[in-house]
Amino acid sequence: MSLAAVAIGPAPGPSTSSRSGAFVELENVTHTYGQGERKVHALTETSLRIEKGDFVALVGPSGCGKSTILKLVTGLINASTGYVFVAGRQVGAEPVRVGMAFQNPTLLPWLTLLDNVMLPLKIVPPYRQQYRKKRRGEFRDKVEALLAQVGLAGFSNKYPWQLSGGMMQRASLCRSLIHEPQLLMLDEPFGALDQFTREELWSVMQELWTTHRPTVLLVTHDLKEAAFLANRICVMAARPGRIIDDSVVPFPRPRTVSMTYEPDFVSLTHKLREFIVHAQPPKIAPVTAAAGAPQ
Amino acid sequence: MNSQANRRIASAALIIGFFVMWEVICLAFGIKDIVLPRPTQIIYTLVDRFPAIWPHAVQTLYETLVAFAFGIVLGVALGVLVGSSRLAYDVTYPLLIGFSSIPKVAVVPIFVLWFGAGTVPAILTAITLSFFPIVVNVATGLATTEPELEDVMKAMKATKLDILFNVGLPRTMPYFFASLKVAVTQAFVGTVIAETVASNRGIGNLMMIASSSFDVPLVFAGLLILAVLGVGLYVIFSLIEVRVTGWARRNDEFALG
Repeated sequence: MSLAAVAIGPAPGPSTSSRSGAFVELENVTHTYGQGERKVHALTETSLRIEKGDFVALVGPSGCGKSTILKLVTGLINASTGYVFVAGRQVGAEPVRVGMAFQNPTLLPWLTLLDNVMLPLKIVPPYRQQYRKKRRGEFRDKVEALLAQVGLAGFSNKYPWQLSGGMMQRASLCRSLIHEPQLLMLDEPFGALDQFTREELWSVMQELWTTHRPTVLLVTHDLKEAAFLANRICVMAARPGRIIDDSVVPFPRPRTVSMTYEPDFVSLTHKLREFIVHAQPPKIAPVTAAAGAPQ
Repeated sequence: MNSQANRRIASAALIIGFFVMWEVICLAFGIKDIVLPRPTQIIYTLVDRFPAIWPHAVQTLYETLVAFAFGIVLGVALGVLVGSSRLAYDVTYPLLIGFSSIPKVAVVPIFVLWFGAGTVPAILTAITLSFFPIVVNVATGLATTEPELEDVMKAMKATKLDILFNVGLPRTMPYFFASLKVAVTQAFVGTVIAETVASNRGIGNLMMIASSSFDVPLVFAGLLILAVLGVGLYVIFSLIEVRVTGWARRNDEFALG
């Protein structure tokens, strides 16, 4: 609350709306968890701009503040210092529809797949106002169509616990997209899946992105996934969390899984890996060697 | 497939066996009915004096159900308050626990002082006994809601009320129904205590009068009615529970709708 007041009150607030029009903008943002002795700097001064309709991936080791950036942009947490703007407005105040998918499917177990996916239509304006009138007609058809697009046709009356992990994750993706968000946040949504399901869902995700064209921010620790899906990859380092590289992915779309084995693709992921490995803060030598070996 | 039928038969046999044993032991040791009446005597008394008993039973059931309804409203309201606000938790919880530790028999005279003997003190006593488990369970259910589920809602910019109605309360239903089963039996206890102390109607009053005239079979008939009413309400809420919270048990019948 106080942050919003500070940002909107004095000079920097209004001037930002006339900025070059980046859809998401982080300006010198820091974030610390905890207080006093147990303070953890999750993110040091970070600036990031994402253009409208872009697909950006954040990669890095655990604890590098990837998810923190995601939560800051969604407004789930507030920046300790600095500003986060979405569509030129302070985050939280912006009239932008946001969709979010998490590492766990986080479906509500008391609702059928249909009702789970329809949840955003019940909550998010402008759908919210029409929910009662359209939930058995237009909205239902909309949900069924999206479920069919991810290969879940005929499952809409099942409960989440009757489905496999991959199916739940598909449904979770549908839920994050059903209200046609301008901004889509993906927090390692494929992390808990087996490789084949994951690769299949990459293609599904790519197709969904090309049809709906939301601005996507994907957090992942899978470099192949980042290179397959994103237009731009930001590499992050841990302790303290910061962005150390920002590179464009040049591969044409639609990308296929077999492309991920081509030399260009491999050299890109290899380059990214080098960034991450060399950015690790120095530790006691033998421990690093032992820990590094299995990878 | 037959295992369920077998289980039912076994449990029915055990229950019937319990009463048969009771009967047999009373007969074998020649226990007088003023000490412990036989099940057949109790049932005979119940049937024989049914016209005199049933208005009392209706009175008790009426008081219990009214109290239970109020107890649910009060319990859910307090539970939502305690479960969703840290401050309310800190303030209300010690008060609630202190209040629920008071023996309710001690409270009945106060209610009688305020409202006179009869229906009102019985209902109030039953409310004080039945709302507490509901508060505790609803509060626990809300307080243990997974933060991830709330994040799903917050990412959609849902209001606190949206989160309560779409995540908090549905998620709390299994806890709520578990507490209802405790609360409904507690409501009976409260009603009967108040009737025993200060009323001229109800099963509690009937049993008190019967015991003071050493009509022990009638006392036991009263107990039997209470037990049957309690089991009946318990069964009703169990059935509703299966319908509403089948998802929590991953019940396939629930899934079939």
